This record gives sequence, C-alpha cells and structure tokens, in this order.
Amino acid sequence: METVTLTIKNQPGLFLEADSITPDAFAGKKAEEIVDLPVYVGREQFRLGDYFEVSGNAGATPAETKIVVNGDLSRVKYIGMKMTAGEIVANSNADMYVGAWMQGGKITVNGNVDAFAGTGMKGGEIAIKGNAGNYLGAAYRGDWRGMAGGKITVTGNAGSDLGTFMNGGEIVVDGDVDVHVATHAEGGRIIIKGNAKRRLGGQMVEGEIYVFGSIDVMMPGFAYREDVDVDVDGIKGRFALYEGDLGERHRKRKGQTIYAKLYQRIEA
Amino acid sequence: MAEYLIKNGFIFDPVLGIKGDVADVAIKDGKIVETTALSSPKVIDATGKTVMAGGVDVHAHVAGPKVNIGRNFRPEDKLFNCTPGHGIERMQGGFSVPTTIRTGYNYAHMGYTTVMEAAMPPLYARHTHEEMRDTPILDQGAYPVFGNNWFVLEYLKNHEIENTAAYIAWLLRATKGYAVKVVNPGGTEAWGWGLNCDNVHDPVPYFDITPAQIIKGLIEANEYLGLPHSMHMHANNLGNPGNYTTTLDSFKLSEGIKPNSKFGRDQVMHHTHVQFHSYGGDSWANVESRAKDIMGYVNSHDNITIDMGQVTLDETTTMTADGPFEHHLTELNHLKWANADVELETGSGVVPYLYSPNIKVCGIQWCIGLELALLAKDPMRIFLTTDHPNAGPFIRYPRIMKWLMSQEARDQQFDAFKYKDKVIEATNLAGMDRELNLYEIAQMTRAGPAKSLGLSHMYGGLAPGLDGDVAVYDFNPNEPYAPDDIEKAFSNAKHLFKSGVQVISDHEIANNGNKRTLWVNAKANENPQVMRDIKEKFLRYYTVTLNNYEGSGHYLRNPHVIEVDATQ
Repeated sequence: METVTLTIKNQPGLFLEADSITPDAFAGKKAEEIVDLPVYVGREQFRLGDYFEVSGNAGATPAETKIVVNGDLSRVKYIGMKMTAGEIVANSNADMYVGAWMQGGKITVNGNVDAFAGTGMKGGEIAIKGNAGNYLGAAYRGDWRGMAGGKITVTGNAGSDLGTFMNGGEIVVDGDVDVHVATHAEGGRIIIKGNAKRRLGGQMVEGEIYVFGSIDVMMPGFAYREDVDVDVDGIKGRFALYEGDLGERHRKRKGQTIYAKLYQRIEA
Repeated sequence: MAEYLIKNGFIFDPVLGIKGDVADVAIKDGKIVETTALSSPKVIDATGKTVMAGGVDVHAHVAGPKVNIGRNFRPEDKLFNCTPGHGIERMQGGFSVPTTIRTGYNYAHMGYTTVMEAAMPPLYARHTHEEMRDTPILDQGAYPVFGNNWFVLEYLKNHEIENTAAYIAWLLRATKGYAVKVVNPGGTEAWGWGLNCDNVHDPVPYFDITPAQIIKGLIEANEYLGLPHSMHMHANNLGNPGNYTTTLDSFKLSEGIKPNSKFGRDQVMHHTHVQFHSYGGDSWANVESRAKDIMGYVNSHDNITIDMGQVTLDETTTMTADGPFEHHLTELNHLKWANADVELETGSGVVPYLYSPNIKVCGIQWCIGLELALLAKDPMRIFLTTDHPNAGPFIRYPRIMKWLMSQEARDQQFDAFKYKDKVIEATNLAGMDRELNLYEIAQMTRAGPAKSLGLSHMYGGLAPGLDGDVAVYDFNPNEPYAPDDIEKAFSNAKHLFKSGVQVISDHEIANNGNKRTLWVNAKANENPQVMRDIKEKFLRYYTVTLNNYEGSGHYLRNPHVIEVDATQ
C-alpha cells in the first residue's frame, strides 16, 4: 500500500468541498498530479494543491492507496465521498459528509465529524474517534435510501437523527445519542452504549436498536414484549425487548409479523 | 430578422409528404418560406443530416403546483446533477422534475419547440403561468382540468351543454388555458369522500352524476364551442389490472359525435397515456397487455387520437390530478406521498416511483406502450409521450424512438429483464417485427400532435407559412447505424430554430428564444345564469375572490391568443 500525505496549508474563507480526497480519485497518480484535482469553495473551483501540501504517490488502484490528512479539517467537507476501497486517516476534526455514499475501504477520523457522515453508505467502515454530528448514517435530504451496509463506530457521542431511513449495516455509538434514532428505518442495527433521549424508532419498520443506558421517553408505538438475554457487540446482558412501530405497515414471514426491535439493557 | 437556408438535409415532413428526400428549407421573418423568397440568407449545411419540423409535445407535466410539489419534496432528484450557469445558460438541476430552465433547454436539445402542460388546476393558473414564463425557448399552453369541477358536475347532471360551454369559455379566459382536460372524471371529487369512480357508470357521491355523463357532456360542450383541441382525457381506473374495459367504455362515449372545429382536427376525444389504461387480468399477478383490443378500437375509429405514456424504466416522480390513484400507488411502493385538494375544482397527488427492469409488471408496462405505437395503422393519431414524468422523464423520447425504430434495440431490452419469459408471455411485443421509419416518427412527434391540437396552421411541418421551427440532427438515414445512434442523434440536435431564431447552434444553446404562451379566447353567447353562478360560488365557497383568480398581464410571456367565435 502506498501512502499519500496531505497537510492543509490554507484555511478556506468559506468551506472547502473536497470530494476528490478519495483513494479512487488519487489511484494511479503521482503527487504532482494529485495537486491538480479539483476542489470547490462556494462557486469557485480551485486545485487541491491550493489548500494542501501533498507528498507521496498513490498506489496503482484505490485498494493500494492510503491517504493521511493532517491539519485542521474542520472546514473540509466530503472527505472519502463515494470511495470504494483503500484507506483514509484524518488526524483532525472534519466537516460534513465524511464517507458519504461510501462503498468500501476504511476511514478513520481522529477527531469529531460534523453532520451527514456515512450518508447513504453502502459498504466499508468509518471509525470516528471523537463525537459525530447529526444525521450519522442517514439518507440524503428527501431520499429513502439511507445507510445500507458497512459499519460506523463512534467513540464519543452522536447527534440527532441517527440512522434515518437506515436499511442495513451497523452503527455503534460508545457514548450518548440525541433525539430521533432510526426514524423510518427498514433494516440495520444501531447499538447505543450510553443513554438515549426521545423518539427512538419512529415509523421504524424493521431493524434493531440496542440501548445500554437510559431512554428518556419511549415511543408510544413500541410495545414491551419480554426480557431476553442478548450478546451484542461482544457484550452479554439482559435486555427488555420492545417491538414497533405499531403504527407502521409490517411484512410477514411464515405467518409471523416482522417488527422493528428495540432492546434496552436492564442488567449487565 | 435573420434569414436561414438549411441546405441539403434529408427532409422528413408529413405535411409536405417528404420521406427523406434531399431538399432545402428556408426561414425568413420567423416563418418557413419558399427558398426563392430569401435574399441573403445565412446558410446552414445539413448535408448527411436529418431535418424535421420542431417537435410538438401534446402532454407533459412541466409547470404548475404539482410539478413544484415534486421538486420541493424530492431534493434527491437534484442530487449530483446540478450544473452551474455558463455562457447564456442559467443554472439547472433535476432529473424527473427538472427546473424550468432545464425543462426548456432539454426539450430544445431534443429538437422540440412546443410543449403543452397537461393539467392546470384553474385556481393555480397563475403559478402555472409563472413557471411557463420561466421556461425558455418553448411555446407552451396549459390545459385547465374540468372533470371534477363543481360547476361542470352541476351543469352536466342536467345535461346543460350550453351552460357548460359558457363556463368553459369563461374559465379558459380567466386562466388563460388552452384546452379542456379531464382527469379521472368524478373520481377525484369522490376522493374527497375517500372514494373513487372505478368505471364510467360509478356515480360521484353527492353530485349523483356518472363519469359517462361528464365525459360525453364535456365532449359535446367542447364541440359546441369548436375549440382548437378536442376534449383531452385521462379516463377512470388508471393503472389497474383489467382496466382496458373502462378505457373502451370511455372511447365509446365519443361515438356519433362529429368534430366541429375550424382548426383542422378530426378527433373529438384525445385519450392520453393509454399505456396506463390497457391492462388485462384481474391482479398484478396476472396482469397482461390488452393493447390489441385498445388499438383495434382506435384504428377503426378516426374521431379519436391517443398518446402512448411509454414507461422508460427509470426512477421518476409520478404526479396527477388523479388523487385516489396516487394514494393507491403510495400504498403499493411505500414511498413518500403528497396529496392536495383544490377547493371546487380538482385535487392531486405526487409519489416517487422506480420502474425497475427487475420487476415483471414494469416490463409488461414497457411492452404495452410500444405495442400501442407499433399497432397503429395511422401514426398521425398516436403520439409519442411518457406522460412526463409519470411513466418516465421526457428526455427519454429519443430512447423510445430507438425502441420503435429497431427490433434489435427492443430485443436488447428484453434480454435485460429479470423476468423476460414472464413479460413475453403477458404481452405481444416480442412477436412484433415492425420498425417505424423517420417519417412515421415525424408523424407521431410533429405533424400528428400539431393537428390534434388544432395548431397545424403553425406547427408540425415545413410547409411555407408555418412557424420557423426546424430541427437538424446528426443522423444519416441512408448509412448503416446502430440502434444507439438513433438515441444519441435525437437527444442532441445539431441546430434548432424556434420561430426563425437559431436557439441551438452546433449542439449548444445559442439563444433563449422568444417563448410564447398560447391560450384560447372562446367567445360564447352572453350567459347571465353562468355569470351569476360564478359570482355566487366565489362568494360562498372559494378562498379567493375573482380579482385574485384570473391570470393576465405579467403572468403571461408573449401571449399568443387563438380566437374562437362560438356566438350564435
């Protein structure tokens, strides 16, 4: 694997839209070609080299390319957008849409990310070592195709509207989450190791939510079924199982109605 | 104005009866003229290229409140396809519900110059005109909807044709409308009670009138006035298995009625997006094509014209004044749904839809549309449409031309279906070897729709005196070509002239044109009763006053009035 190192040298006056920071765009290119990739600030187009020092050459394919991004990236959007393979390590906070529509490979952010990380994600892995903003692993505005595959892990807390329209894949949040979890979801699994607030699983059709801590208010559309022993993400515990959203349509399998499942830990 | 001489192209023109002969086309002062009338023209070399009149779209949803609901509630329709302004082109975005700017440009790129908005809620005529005003290049008109209007329901319950006609004339003038549109007659009003009208004899709640009375009455009122276009219908029971019988019952209501129009049309009913109305079977499991029954009727009755409503196998946005149908659709696909009620007039719904080649029913729908066109004995009476955006976006017209002109292209699509055998079993298309030629395509996309609209004195051909609407395509019909070459050439006109102005030059938008808004000013006898009814209904029921209802002045860009004298 070849490594390309980017170091931000100028902060954009507005925000830098840098969907060209992907192993797919870099693959097969030398540093002097990578600096010419396009980035945008507002309606103006610039070169990647206008904002970043670039060193090292990319591998022949995305899978053989690793990108390390250094410096303050809190005004850089779309890092790793639509990437299919390879690796990105961002050693800073990053702005919105990290790993949006990602299909493969791995992104590690050693800091916080803003909203819409993993939007419409289909595969691969995003590891966020700080906090995540709102709409993590959600669908694009208006779209019903949220996260469909892959895995997102958050070491800190996550914001609101986690996993909206989620259809598959897994999101693990070590800390707490804000309101609206898995709204409209039709699949996938969300594990919240801290506390949740309100509106978990609103209009949820299928999929699973696990909460290790407290839930401020349970949705009225979820009904308690039974207590079960669960082994989730390597942690065993006894959980109260709720099913819902009872106000939604649900398909049947072998005569049994399939509900979305919400597990809340009652003892470790 | 500039003079143009388009030299040595292969001309396809049903008006002049030219079937691919090499000839010249002359344009002067916005009109097509004899080549001898030019003095110092700019010469456009069309050697080895196809030349046709500008395309005419008889039915598309391109402007108005429900199109805008589609735009507003589908931001994902604009994801990754917005383009910044450059040169004289403005910023554009959207796929199935494009911005007005993209609508104008994309039609122009296909060589189209006239597009009719297929359903205008009268109460929102101002909005519709504002959007058309912002759609560059194209001449446009809009059809106000009448089939669920309380005035119409009340008058036609007692078969009061003269009053209905007087109301139509008033509403066309108030809304600057072009034709009488009917959508699910009675059914959308019934939707206000949570009901529908499933066939032509299913009575409308409260009003106690049947769709058959509405349809027949509106045809008669349309002919009483002698409007340029005929009554334009979307029948009851759209999109349901077994609905072809409802369609045939609707067709039959036109029997015995003769056209009364000085505008050269021969039909008294235009039935739109017939693909959605040609289903056999009694469930989605056994739905099958009934295109043969439908076309058997159309081919033997020359007082009907139809358009296809061809499914293009895309992700799109359905939108119709057929409110109950859109509810039915959202229950099927579980995607988001918008629904609107328009006071005394109509309603509408909007739902995104994915026509997937992996779904059997979508494959069957695709076959049915093409069967209708390929079974047509007279291509002057069946027009190429997608009911944009309902069966697919209008930018796919060139792809439909490819399917109509090439059995090889159809076979390629069959092979791409997941349930090819089941699709073939439920349809007739696989056994059809007819391949349309460019002359027939010109009939279905130019001369036919222009004649049906009563606009053959302006559009649809290259005869001297017609508007200077001319498209030049990079397509040599005398050289071997692959099916995809058809789609490529007709998606991207090399040159386009609109009213004598060159709006596309060498594939690039060169001018934003002088779009016109067509409307029909029908003068009917003074009718105090109807005027009193209008005043009363506005006073009692409408949320706006008459002063805030009529569209005029700045709402219309370059109004072009078609005058009709129906006083007697």
